[in-house]
Amino acid sequence: MPDINTLIEVALIIVKVIVVSLILFTLPIPLTWIERKVAGHIQVRLGPFRVGPHGILQPVADMIKLMFKEDIAPDKADKWLFKFAPLFAMVPAFAVYAAIPFGDKITIPIINKEVTLYISDMNVGILYILAVGGISVYGIILGGWASNSKYALLGGIRSSAQMISYEIALTFSCIGVVMTSNSLSLLDIVKLQSGTILGFIPHWNIICQPIGFAIFFIAALAEINRIPFDLPEDEGSLAAGYHVEYSAMKFSFFMLTEYLAMVTASVLTVILFFGGWNAPLFMPEIPIFWFVAKVGFFIYLFMWIRFTLPRYRYDQLMTIGWKILLPLSLLNILLTGLFLL
Amino acid sequence: MEKLFFLIFAVIAIVSAIGVVSLRNPVHSAISLMVCFLQVAALFILLRSPFLAAVQVFIYVGAVVVLFLFAVMVLDLGKERFGGYLHHQRPIALVVVIGFVFVMGFTILHGSLDAPLGNYTEEALVKNTEIMGKLLFTKYVFPFEVVSFLLLIALIGAIVLAMKEKR
Repeated sequence: MPDINTLIEVALIIVKVIVVSLILFTLPIPLTWIERKVAGHIQVRLGPFRVGPHGILQPVADMIKLMFKEDIAPDKADKWLFKFAPLFAMVPAFAVYAAIPFGDKITIPIINKEVTLYISDMNVGILYILAVGGISVYGIILGGWASNSKYALLGGIRSSAQMISYEIALTFSCIGVVMTSNSLSLLDIVKLQSGTILGFIPHWNIICQPIGFAIFFIAALAEINRIPFDLPEDEGSLAAGYHVEYSAMKFSFFMLTEYLAMVTASVLTVILFFGGWNAPLFMPEIPIFWFVAKVGFFIYLFMWIRFTLPRYRYDQLMTIGWKILLPLSLLNILLTGLFLL
Repeated sequence: MEKLFFLIFAVIAIVSAIGVVSLRNPVHSAISLMVCFLQVAALFILLRSPFLAAVQVFIYVGAVVVLFLFAVMVLDLGKERFGGYLHHQRPIALVVVIGFVFVMGFTILHGSLDAPLGNYTEEALVKNTEIMGKLLFTKYVFPFEVVSFLLLIALIGAIVLAMKEKR
């Protein structure tokens, strides 16, 4: 029989996992509404306006629609893979959050117990996140292949080539951060970004890794398939890309994955380059608040970019990835090494 | 507890490995291979080598099998379904399998489960990524460079083969 403290720890971890998963499951619901509203206002129109005040109930209506829609599978599709592909995409998107720290520690007032605001502090945290995040590509490839449709297959092939190409630049841009923080643990990386340089500039990695940040951000845009790199679901030439044959709940799993990927990219940008939960300048430290605020800003930035920039051509995409970002990220590692010496 | 997890991972790894060679559809084989690699990564975690586990997922699951799938998907699967893929290899395969079983049996019977810890204490090994990096670039720098050189040669070889096909 294990003692009571271990049991409490185990129960605490289970509670944290459930809370984080629930938040992640519900997060896309407001995000779809915000995205359409942002789109509307950027393009000087209203966006969703019919369901509820300012269309705020639109996601609920969409959810009901997706749940009750007929679930169609193409006749010659690979039945098993067709069913499992959305799960292949979704599970890694959730699994990434096992290693993401949302804050350091807080003390719950009444029972006076210290609770850490992360599920686990792995000493290979950043590697784990990049590795597990990379598994998401299976959902896209298999979904595209199993549908037995030309458009879906082409979308799947395009996106697998794109994600593998940009994963290299993404990983290499993280190496600069790892070198300056001398740790692979995300908790240590954030802790080292507290304090200031010269008394007024926050000691965030963006200051010492500007090239790294630029590469990371562009590669992340490509990795989560957002405009200007949303070639996998190029409506103009591919209908809707890899999920063209999916409907109802299976389709919504893919949408959920895409929104979660956007959240993950924002979270990683904040943790690696913008000081995590450290407050900017001389603002007071409030647990979680600053973290959520910064993540929210980056989510908005992703939406902003989506409705501002046009899409790249496929050959341009590959040129940017292999001929510009990859050499630049290697140069960044070299420069970081020279500065550290 | 640890033994239970080991058994779960090992059984799934072996079943999926059998799936890789016995499934008819190459895409299904590739997925089995991915499952097998994931189980091996889990075994690395049980062996307290989180770095190796992460790298296993990163390179094998995230890149190698994706490239396999990428290549297999564009094949005409109607023709490429494995029919008669044992081209008179049965006797050779038999010899290799018997040899493999013999070597495995010998190692299992004569090996020990507790390897000596060497220079490092249990605490120092928590940060084993750092130790591994230092060793790779000091003590084992020569084999490390040889391996990267071999990989480079393989890379150039692959490009040369692909170039010939084009002409």
